[in-house]
Amino acid sequence: MIDLTINGEERSLDVDGEMPLLWALRDVAKVKGPKFGCGIAACGACTVLVDGAPTRSCVTPMETVEGAQITTVDGLAVGETLHRVQEAWIAEQVAQCGYCQSGQIMSAVALLNEVPNPTDEDIDDAMSGNLCRCGTYPRIRAAIKRAAEQNSAVKPETVEG
Amino acid sequence: MGKILRRTFLIGTAAIAGGVAFGAYKVLETPENPLEAKRGSGENPFNPYVTITDNDVVSVYVPRSEMGQGVATTLVALVAEELDVPVERIRTLIAPASDAYFNSTMMHELVPFGHLDRGVLAQSSRAATRAVGKIFGIQATGGSSSTRDAFEPMRRAGAAARETLKLAAAEQFSIAVDRLSTADGAVELPDGTRLTYGSLAQAASALEPPTDIELRDPSTWTVLGKSQPRTDMRAKVTGAPIFGMDVDLPDMLYATIKMNPRLGGPMLSFNAREARKVRGVIDVIDISRDGEPFGGGFAVVAQDTWTAFKAAELVDVEWGEAPYPSTTDAIMEQIGDALDNGSGFHPRNDGDVDTAFADARRDRVIEARYQVPYLAHATMEPMNATALLSADGERLDIWAGTQAPTIALEDCAHEAGVAEENTFVKITYLGGGFGRRVEVDFVRYATRIAKAFPGRPVKTVWSREEDMTHDAYRPAAMSSWRALLGDDGVPVAIDARIACPSIMKSALDRFYPSLFAVGPDSSIAQGAYDQPYSVENYRVSDIIADVAVPVGIWRSVGNSYNGFFQESFIDECAHAAEMDPLDMRLALMKDYPTAQAAIKKVADMARWSAPATPGRAKGMAFTLSFGTWVAQVVEVESRDDGIAITNVWCAADSGRVIDPGICKAQLMSGIVFGLSSALGQAITFEDGMVQETNFDTFDAMRIDQCPDIHIELLENADHMGGMGEPGTPPSIPALANAIFALTGERVRSMPLSDSMDFV
Ligand code: FES
Ligand code: FES
Repeated sequence: MIDLTINGEERSLDVDGEMPLLWALRDVAKVKGPKFGCGIAACGACTVLVDGAPTRSCVTPMETVEGAQITTVDGLAVGETLHRVQEAWIAEQVAQCGYCQSGQIMSAVALLNEVPNPTDEDIDDAMSGNLCRCGTYPRIRAAIKRAAEQNSAVKPETVEG
Repeated sequence: MGKILRRTFLIGTAAIAGGVAFGAYKVLETPENPLEAKRGSGENPFNPYVTITDNDVVSVYVPRSEMGQGVATTLVALVAEELDVPVERIRTLIAPASDAYFNSTMMHELVPFGHLDRGVLAQSSRAATRAVGKIFGIQATGGSSSTRDAFEPMRRAGAAARETLKLAAAEQFSIAVDRLSTADGAVELPDGTRLTYGSLAQAASALEPPTDIELRDPSTWTVLGKSQPRTDMRAKVTGAPIFGMDVDLPDMLYATIKMNPRLGGPMLSFNAREARKVRGVIDVIDISRDGEPFGGGFAVVAQDTWTAFKAAELVDVEWGEAPYPSTTDAIMEQIGDALDNGSGFHPRNDGDVDTAFADARRDRVIEARYQVPYLAHATMEPMNATALLSADGERLDIWAGTQAPTIALEDCAHEAGVAEENTFVKITYLGGGFGRRVEVDFVRYATRIAKAFPGRPVKTVWSREEDMTHDAYRPAAMSSWRALLGDDGVPVAIDARIACPSIMKSALDRFYPSLFAVGPDSSIAQGAYDQPYSVENYRVSDIIADVAVPVGIWRSVGNSYNGFFQESFIDECAHAAEMDPLDMRLALMKDYPTAQAAIKKVADMARWSAPATPGRAKGMAFTLSFGTWVAQVVEVESRDDGIAITNVWCAADSGRVIDPGICKAQLMSGIVFGLSSALGQAITFEDGMVQETNFDTFDAMRIDQCPDIHIELLENADHMGGMGEPGTPPSIPALANAIFALTGERVRSMPLSDSMDFV
């Protein structure tokens, strides 16, 4: 049994310690937000926050996240109220197929937690690990900037992992 | 109609033309409405697209697969415009697999006539394929056809529902129907009383709609022509479980497969002893079938996906030989041999090319040879499907992100030995398609594995490695070009030879093995023979290279490489003639004002004629594909550690724009897709095996490489064009031409990264 907190809920999962967090989330805990894209930390579709840090869950063994706080895209909204990054994504109409977007959004949330007003270079650095085969990058960039503006307009809020 | 007949008609234009006379009665017959079954559950079906519940839930069933291109929004908007219900109040669902949702427009791409050819033969062939699409009930998403195909029927579905709702109100209140109006989900009586659609739905859905409904004039549209918020956006930003990968059913098993990495080769032996020892492994089964084009292989069934992946690595297996040359060099040699020695058919043969060149002055002749590699689709979501065969073996349910639901249904029913009427395909959202999900391999294997576990759902997921190394690839292609420049520099003769493995032949082997393709495959020269360039002597040869690597439809198909070939060559001609590439194209396009307008527009947007920014250069290209006229300019910059792509300008004319926001998103997507391939993608073979296995070796453009993209939409064209693919073809040559302008180096072989570094 491995104990951890997923989106604020304490869970005990009966899994092999080597099982990647991604598959424990998806197949065992039934949290489907993080997506499987590559399994080798090359695409970012599986990005989640582990104790607040953006992490490729496909290469993160369960034994290393015992007791950790995991936040996935499924846990960003509070009730019906979306996170401002999700709102910005809707305002900019970012998603196409949408498969990469869970990971894109989690990387963006982590970036904005760290750097409230990111430059283009900050965005490049934080987001270039997230592949989008639909090529939504220009809208991702615009959405991050929009969310940053919202950030300075309202009182800062932080998603802790 | 029997299976054999059904399949015979698919072969080629001649067979299709024969099918029309034969199948005419079938064309007139309206397929059953698959939504009739919903009546019991409170939805009142008006037609195959619209249901309304008694308590005012209006549902639109989208007959195409949503793979990012926005059909789940645009097709809903078509209904909304006529039904007078706002898009955001409509419940959007993806329709199930059914013959009612045939796509007649996509079949048009099968006829060997370019978009420009509106002659009698071309038009009657198109009409024939339209009929065939209906006879065979092919529900498919591809060919940038969804909106074009739905444009009339889905508006009609909305209008018919609206008119029957009015009829029901007229009957109920004994008021003449022409005194009623509709707005915001209700019928309004002359005294202002509002009757919600829900209150009329039951009665209305039982009525025959009037036959003489006129669709609204575009000048009165309030929904169409404007950007709509996507109906799937909220689900996609909240990580909702909408993809095939997310299917989760009670008591579900998880499987993965491993097929011979030498595509199509057999599995000689396998030993699963170690794999079976892994905790959570339920079974390892041989899923090879004799004569199947995918070759031999096995499946691991387990309690979770990761266990299946891990155990698959432990299986000891001996793979047989591939049915094609074992290295990329040997394959390219075979394609080169076809190019040099093969004879082809001529989808375009104007004037007398041989005579023109026979008399030519050597110094006025330009020659060049180009090539492109195989490419993987690499959709973001790896292939997967879930299947459940009932315990009694009588019913089959499939959940899959397929682009071809009715083909999948037929294939899976056959695989499971279940009647087609007891086979149900539920189409999930697709994590990318790009043509890959037209294939049947992933649904067939899911069915085959589930067949071993009757009564239990089995989800089969491919590893990225399996997905990347078992694709129906964009074919490698080679071409040779020569042009004779006239006195004014503009070519008076062009002779193009294009050699490429046939997608049609390869796809038939996979979908309909009892058939073999006959005659030419016009997709080989697509994007070269059908361009709006007037040259007195113009010949395009379409040559099939016989290589057995599986090849398939990849975003923009033949245009994806012919755009590069042709537009690079036009650029070479311009430079040889010392002409501005813009002027060269304008001269060649003299008979096509739509094309000229697009290229002039993009030249304006990009300030083509202004002096270049130091260290930067621009390249231009144009491709007409899927009915949309697209001109692009790419700008590159020389930096310390390589070349950067700084800007792309794009002017696209599709005749009519239904949703500008989604159209621009599609063009942007197509551009990034094309540039990604040019930057560094290639599928190569060694020992018969694909060498690129994951995104570490087959990458795509990342956000830090993505240029600013500027798009303008035009509506000059006579016919409505598609949007999903036409952004891709010109992006690749525009980049190559920009690099020539920047460095003086003409790259004639893709990917560009073989010749230079990018940042
Ligand atoms: S699935 Fe984890 S980075 Fe691709
Ligand atoms: S939206 Fe499709 S991969 Fe990013």
